[in-house]
Amino acid sequence: MSKDIRIKRGVNIKLVGQAEMMFADVAKSKIYSLSPDNFHGITPKLAVRAGDKVKAGDTLFYSKHNDKIKFTSPVSGEVSEIVRGAKRKILEVKVLADADTTYKEFDTKMSSKEEVIETLTESGAWVFVKQRPYDVIANPSDKPKAIFISAYNSAPLAANLDFALQGKEESLQKGIDVLSKLTRGKIHLSVDGSNPSKVFSNITGVEKHNVTGPHPAGNVGVQIHHIDPVNKGERVWVVAPQDLAIIGDLFITGKFNAERVVAITGSEVSKPQYVKTIAGSSIDVLLKGNLKEGDKRIISGNALTGTKITDKGYLGFYDNQITVLPEGKTHRFFGWVPWLYNNIFSIAGSSFASKDKEYALNTNKNGEVRGFVVTGEMEKVFPFDIYPMYLVKSIMYNDIGEMEMQGIYEVAPEDFALAEVINTSKIDIQKIVRDGLDVMIEEVG
Amino acid sequence: MKFLRDAFDGYKPDFMPGGKLEKWYPVFETIETFFFTPDHVTTSGSHIRDGVDIKRLMTVVVLALMPALFFGMYNIGYFHFEELVALGQQDSYTFMEAFLFGLGKLLPIIIVSYGVGIGVEFIFAMFYGHGIHEGYFVTGMLIPLIVPVDLPLWMLAVAIVFGVVIGKEIFGGTGMNILNPALLVRAFLFFAYPTFMSGDKVWVADALKTGTEGLPDGMSGATILGQLGTGAEAAFPTINGAAYSVMDMFIGFIPGSVGETSTLAILIGAVMLLLSGVASWRIMLSGVIGAAIMSFLFKIWGANELMLFGCKHLLIGGFAFGLVFMATDPVSAAQTNTGKWIYGFLIGFLSILLRVLNGFPEAVMLVILLLNVFAPTIDHYVVQASVKRRNKRIEDKIKKALSV
Repeated sequence: MSKDIRIKRGVNIKLVGQAEMMFADVAKSKIYSLSPDNFHGITPKLAVRAGDKVKAGDTLFYSKHNDKIKFTSPVSGEVSEIVRGAKRKILEVKVLADADTTYKEFDTKMSSKEEVIETLTESGAWVFVKQRPYDVIANPSDKPKAIFISAYNSAPLAANLDFALQGKEESLQKGIDVLSKLTRGKIHLSVDGSNPSKVFSNITGVEKHNVTGPHPAGNVGVQIHHIDPVNKGERVWVVAPQDLAIIGDLFITGKFNAERVVAITGSEVSKPQYVKTIAGSSIDVLLKGNLKEGDKRIISGNALTGTKITDKGYLGFYDNQITVLPEGKTHRFFGWVPWLYNNIFSIAGSSFASKDKEYALNTNKNGEVRGFVVTGEMEKVFPFDIYPMYLVKSIMYNDIGEMEMQGIYEVAPEDFALAEVINTSKIDIQKIVRDGLDVMIEEVG
Repeated sequence: MKFLRDAFDGYKPDFMPGGKLEKWYPVFETIETFFFTPDHVTTSGSHIRDGVDIKRLMTVVVLALMPALFFGMYNIGYFHFEELVALGQQDSYTFMEAFLFGLGKLLPIIIVSYGVGIGVEFIFAMFYGHGIHEGYFVTGMLIPLIVPVDLPLWMLAVAIVFGVVIGKEIFGGTGMNILNPALLVRAFLFFAYPTFMSGDKVWVADALKTGTEGLPDGMSGATILGQLGTGAEAAFPTINGAAYSVMDMFIGFIPGSVGETSTLAILIGAVMLLLSGVASWRIMLSGVIGAAIMSFLFKIWGANELMLFGCKHLLIGGFAFGLVFMATDPVSAAQTNTGKWIYGFLIGFLSILLRVLNGFPEAVMLVILLLNVFAPTIDHYVVQASVKRRNKRIEDKIKKALSV
């Protein structure tokens, strides 16, 4: 049985450079990198040293605070380098890949919750299970009231899930079966109601929701808010669809195979297409010969929530998309004149913004940082029963009680991405929300 | 424009930390960003940003004020030359003459308004080491539109210093203030210089002068509200003896402060603000509804001329100007959508109430300031409703768990 959720507040940002539905031929990356920064809030403890041989699925490092949470190598090979930053902080663990990947074998028994958790944590697939509140990796000893999967990717230039997951129906169903061992509550699966995905049409063991509406309707946080909101003290877990397939594969084959389909998108890509690769792959092989001239920004992830990386960087562990945008480090003459430069849209409520036009936006902030002035703009793209500006301000003045009352348990930084885009005062709202969540982890837990 | 860009880039190092003119960076920065949008790029979070920033936003508001400003200039000249014609000193005058007369009267006020206000902003900006915020760009244009045209410039300067320092800077600058700074300037003038500001004849150029330069006997520069308040007959004598028609009130051939006379010009500004999404339509609409209801009720009561004036109240005095340009100031208004409905309605409702029962021509100004103070309280209750819904979810769960 499926239920309908209609999201009204939000906006779809149409960018130039949607990936064409075909696979580009790319070379295999020689080096794979796992960066602890991809896993928010984790303090890594190394399990390997440079020169060690590892199989795919061998632990590279684990969480200092919970040694059950392990981060494993996506490929087999030799640990080539451990990159450290200031105060010897571990920035990256790099693995030089073998020509043929050898896998560590994991137990595929799933008769009890304990067995499932054991396999997930040992193989490193546990990191795909994230929790709300706080948007961090879940704690295996928690009891979630439900598990949510959003199979509706509404972010700008997002990968088409039907294309990315074609032929993975069996893995997805297995993944659902695995997750059903983890909670006594329901597993909620939401799909795009106006364009239902085919790979999820025959999945059983879930409560299905048809979600319609503009971004951020596909954000799992928005769906949780409308299906079964998180109250104080409660935990829900979330898993992304491609990660679900990896979990399913793990229990079918006994191997941790972090292979994923990545959409190469953005206006600065010559031929936006999909590529098959493995988490942690180096970017240069994926983008080789496929970039336009000029100053560019490469983003691992989408244009709203992704991470800026260099052209020698590595694909983020959770990312299924690379976006390349023009860097906007330029001055515009009389840029404040309202009728000039209208190629830059104004979503904040202006009726002039064209709905169907695709924009080639750059990374210029289009203004300077100021105090909050305009009110009511964030609400237009924030489909929660929460007053976003009050919540953000309560974080800024660091009042834990107020944050709790204003609903901080229900939000993740990504839910504020659009509010950040349209914010007239150019305030980095996602960072503020992340800081607020970190304060709550520290103080409330 | 490359030579200009090169010039800025050339001088920039002198103003950066360590440069010899480091202290003057805010000034440099303000001038630079006037010509060129800065090349700031995003670092994390959303990599793309909307094209609107505070500078663009404020520019739209100032543009929306232009119709009212230009008509106000003409209005000053119109009343001046109508006087001269009535006195027999002049046979006729052209539109351009009237406009230029008004321009000559208003320009010093605009210059003092921007000069003093931005001067204060500069001092604070240099003290705190940030760029000049754009808020005063709008405030500086609002002030000339709401003060009497013959106001001595020193009074204006004192009031602006008070309005900007007490109204805004002590709270931390643009975005942090509780009261609308422009209205605070007007209120300061009203209470600090009552001998000048009181009386109902200050709103026409030279109306206060006596002797041969002043208005001829039997002519009055009084505003409609002033006349209604003194219980004058329903047919108000205009400057040349005829009565003001509703059309006069709508187009703006009535005495009043510079910006408030023409409802038509204000409506053009309102349309600009609403189409660009800069001002809240909720506040404007609910304000009109509130004022219309109150006027209608008074019309039924009908105890005096002010009450009998009915819905024409919406066309005169500072109501339209206050509602479109002052009440919608996002910083001092209510911030939640529900709050905006309540806030706007109360402004309309109370403005007419105060205007009619107290005979205060300045009712709109005082009511907006009052509601500025109450806006956070209104918002508090609106936000609490959402908080209560959240808390109720937990309570329901606990109840359910206990009953099982």
